[in-house]
Amino acid sequence: MNMVQAINNALEIKLREDPTVVLYGEDAGFEGGVFRVTEGLQEKFGEQRVFDSPLAESGIVGTAVGMAIAGLRPIVELQFCGFVYPAFNQIISHAARIHNRSRGKFKTPMVIRFPYGGGINALEHHSESMEAMFGHIPGLKVIIPSTPHDAKGMLIAAIESDDTVMFMEPKRIYRAIKQEVSEEKYSIPIGKAKVLTAGDDITVVAYGAMIREVQKAMVMAKSKNISVELIDLRSIYPIDKETIIKSVQKTGRLMIVTEEPKSFGVAAEITAIANEEAFLYLEAPVKRVAGFDTIVPLPATEHFYLITPEKIFYELEKTVKF
Amino acid sequence: MFKEFNPAEDKILRVIDNEGQLINKKWMPQLADEQIQKAYNDMLFARVADTMAVSYQRQGRMFTYPPNLGQEAISGALGNIMTEEDWLVPAFRELGAWLAKGATLKDIFLYFKGNEEGNAFRNVKKLLPMAVPIASQLLHAVGIGYAIKLRNEKDIVYTVVGDGGTSEGDFHEALNFAAVWKVPVIFVVQNNQFAISVPFSKQTASVNVAVKSLAYGMPGIKVDGNDYFAMYSALDYSRNYASEGKGPVLIEALTYRKGAHTTSDDPTKYRTKEEEDFWGLTDPLTRLNKFLKAKKLITDTEEQTLIEQYKKEVDRSFEEAENYPPTVLDDVFKYTYVDIPEDLKIQQMEHEKFLKWKEAQK
Ligand SMILES: Cc1ncc(C[n+]2csc(CCOP(=O)(O)OP(=O)(O)O)c2C)c(N)n1
Ligand SMILES: [Mg+2]
Repeated sequence: MNMVQAINNALEIKLREDPTVVLYGEDAGFEGGVFRVTEGLQEKFGEQRVFDSPLAESGIVGTAVGMAIAGLRPIVELQFCGFVYPAFNQIISHAARIHNRSRGKFKTPMVIRFPYGGGINALEHHSESMEAMFGHIPGLKVIIPSTPHDAKGMLIAAIESDDTVMFMEPKRIYRAIKQEVSEEKYSIPIGKAKVLTAGDDITVVAYGAMIREVQKAMVMAKSKNISVELIDLRSIYPIDKETIIKSVQKTGRLMIVTEEPKSFGVAAEITAIANEEAFLYLEAPVKRVAGFDTIVPLPATEHFYLITPEKIFYELEKTVKF
Repeated sequence: MFKEFNPAEDKILRVIDNEGQLINKKWMPQLADEQIQKAYNDMLFARVADTMAVSYQRQGRMFTYPPNLGQEAISGALGNIMTEEDWLVPAFRELGAWLAKGATLKDIFLYFKGNEEGNAFRNVKKLLPMAVPIASQLLHAVGIGYAIKLRNEKDIVYTVVGDGGTSEGDFHEALNFAAVWKVPVIFVVQNNQFAISVPFSKQTASVNVAVKSLAYGMPGIKVDGNDYFAMYSALDYSRNYASEGKGPVLIEALTYRKGAHTTSDDPTKYRTKEEEDFWGLTDPLTRLNKFLKAKKLITDTEEQTLIEQYKKEVDRSFEEAENYPPTVLDDVFKYTYVDIPEDLKIQQMEHEKFLKWKEAQK
């Protein structure tokens, strides 16, 4: 399966086994979404449970909050990370807080899914990686898969979570990676990173579409005899400090590769964690390889912005040689 | 009813006049004397509690509080219409409606004394906590309505917003979603003619609020919100409409915020004494009182006795709130998530260590 199929499969499993699950969004019903992630689900589960909503993000998220309060488990699809903003008030002021405000009387078990990230030759607003903003909101959980297998297991965990989960999908690799994915139900716990490759010289933390870019850079590193420990963060919040710290204690070096704007980001958070928890183990300054603090450029200029394997290798080698 | 009071022609449903005289027999709800008396008593209780809340605040025993003075008929009628199975999705100026839904005054005071526990309304099902971000709660009502419809349940969702709130995008998205999905939601706009200092004329160029419903393909009606019978009648009609599966209704309840926006506001800065006097004549309690008096259902002495009794009751509730156990650090953390992240537990633990250290310094 590719990631689109894996996500579709997870949605199908949950829609089948749990009558409280409903799925909606702009074009998400009949057409199956702009990326066809929900294709075929309306046919299988009917228009009451899988449907098109009016074109209004605040309306989509706000109604989901109400459904969740009333005992449903809504999954809403927003079309792009750059179009989540109209729903900010509902996400920040309600989805993330109803449980706290009602002192546990109501909860909001809902999933807000949307594709994020660059590298697909898109118009403005279609390439953004704003995970840090969501990670900053108390009350939200934010997760990003990097493979079809993880996408399925993580989405099932998200749907089953009693907290609101932002499920960000790296659309650049929606169909780029194919892998054996079990048709059976399984879930991957929220908040757990995964060591993808063990190594000794440097720890690299990445997630989503950046994993593949780092893996390409690791081929170059290998030819220079640099041994990289690659961690797939998987969960932006809660963040798996333990896995990161353990690795940094072993390698003594840390680099974070993200496509978000560099300042105030996830990479900055991980740097702070290393500083607070592994300071004495560090043999070089922590390096952030991230997007610029600019708007993601349109396709004609985007190649400057994109984080390439060469760029990753370039910074990696400098940090190892520091 | 919706045709008769077409909001596009700025018609308004009114049943009794300022003197408490019946002026519209057709829409006078069929209520027993005891029901009317009870409604009056509930409204009176809400007024006493509200007035006392303002004075507790003035005495420094409570934080900022939004007075309901003058708007009692709306929540009074809502209270008589809602059943236990119905949902109430309130804004924040809803003392009467909270009480009607079964919330305790103790909890309400607790909340305005800054303890979030008061917002849980633990003894009442289907009552949402107050929502401060204007108009955002309306979408929750629509989502709840969707869940009700999906499960083929009979509940109705009542949701309340102010006139200022009708300018927010969420108001329009909520009406639109509700009408498209045909959900059993009754939107009640408390048009008290002010959003803090901004008068209704600066909120919209529409002739009224109710007319906005027409564009969304749902019925709307403007009602004299200071007329208990008109409010009851409109809500009753709307409830039947919604329970027949016909979809949502928008009710504009025209009223007047007699008090300040909140206890931190001074309305003399932005409105005149003449205006206040004019609207004072429409006071919902005075009108219902005149109606009851004419029917010999209440006397001044009886009313005075009630007020004294209510004052004692309110004081007791306030004392209960004052004697509520103080908050602890765990209150800050424990409801942020259902499944609390490890790191948050560590943040709490670290702060506990600091507090112990601080204690040891004494
Ligand atoms: C989104 C948002 N903006 C601003 C405020 C600050 N605010 C609190 S009450 C209020 C006025 C509300 O007016 P209205 O909707 O008419 O309700 P009323 O206070 O008259 O009951 C404002 C602007 C807020 N709570 N939420
Ligand atoms: Mg107002």
